[in-house]
Amino acid sequence: MKLVKVHITLKEGVLDPQGKAVQGSLNTLGYDNVQEVRVGKYLELTVNDDANIEQEIEDMCSKLLANPVIENYSYTVEEGVAQ
Amino acid sequence: MKFAVVVFPGSNCDRDMYYAAKEALGEEADMLWYKDANLDGYDAILIPGGFSYGDYLRCGAIASTSSVVNQLREKAEAGVPILGVCNGFQILLESGLLPGALLRNKNLKFMCHFENLVVENNQTLFTSEYEKGEVVSIPIAHNEGNYYCDEETLASLKANNQIVFTYQNNPNGSVADIAGITNEKGNVLGMMPHPERAVEAILNSDDGLKLFQSMLANWRERYVAGA
Repeated sequence: MKLVKVHITLKEGVLDPQGKAVQGSLNTLGYDNVQEVRVGKYLELTVNDDANIEQEIEDMCSKLLANPVIENYSYTVEEGVAQ
Repeated sequence: MKFAVVVFPGSNCDRDMYYAAKEALGEEADMLWYKDANLDGYDAILIPGGFSYGDYLRCGAIASTSSVVNQLREKAEAGVPILGVCNGFQILLESGLLPGALLRNKNLKFMCHFENLVVENNQTLFTSEYEKGEVVSIPIAHNEGNYYCDEETLASLKANNQIVFTYQNNPNGSVADIAGITNEKGNVLGMMPHPERAVEAILNSDDGLKLFQSMLANWRERYVAGA
């Protein structure tokens, strides 16, 4: 088993109103050093071992998990715990 | 004229869309469950608003992987008119049938009220009954209606006259005030505002009816001899 960790973030230059709201809130709490917050998504996929796993994950990300028009993605493939 | 209304799990404007075609316009219409839908034999396809698949992952993303979308692609290619409203617009964007994407509204609020739209292009099969520059009152109801595309895409939308409706007072932060766009061919229209909710005076506006009347007029012109 492999554990795939996928991170999805909005592309640079794409307005992130959610991030702006969180940043405003952190600033209100007194964390004035926070200049920008970007909110993204984190997904964990437990998948069977497969020689093509990298290519498959790449496809999954570009076809469904992320929208390449507005989002960037990155992922890591780690040893998973057998169920 | 025969309309198909494609119903996804979570669609909630399907009956409004059906009512607009069947009762307000007075034409034939069927509501089709997405899994069993056979789009052959329909003159136009309507993708209603709502929350397909609960908007999980991204609005419209999961619906865009369903098999009915392959039929949509074929019909789009064949020139069949396809109208996607609100979540229907989101599905068309996620399917790649229209360019761009929708982000959360700039103010992070779900908004539900009437907006004034400007008819930017009345040379489409969806807008021929409007005047160019006409201002129409159509309700919006969305949380993720902030249309986004890169500069290159925007330039090509402008160059091909694909921007059909703009907001007079942009409520959600959309690029270039865009409220609705077509594909290059002009037979697929996606828009966030709900014309199907503005088809009778009792609904506070019947400005949306002309959109359906335009589709009917176009169909008659093309397919009904002597019309």
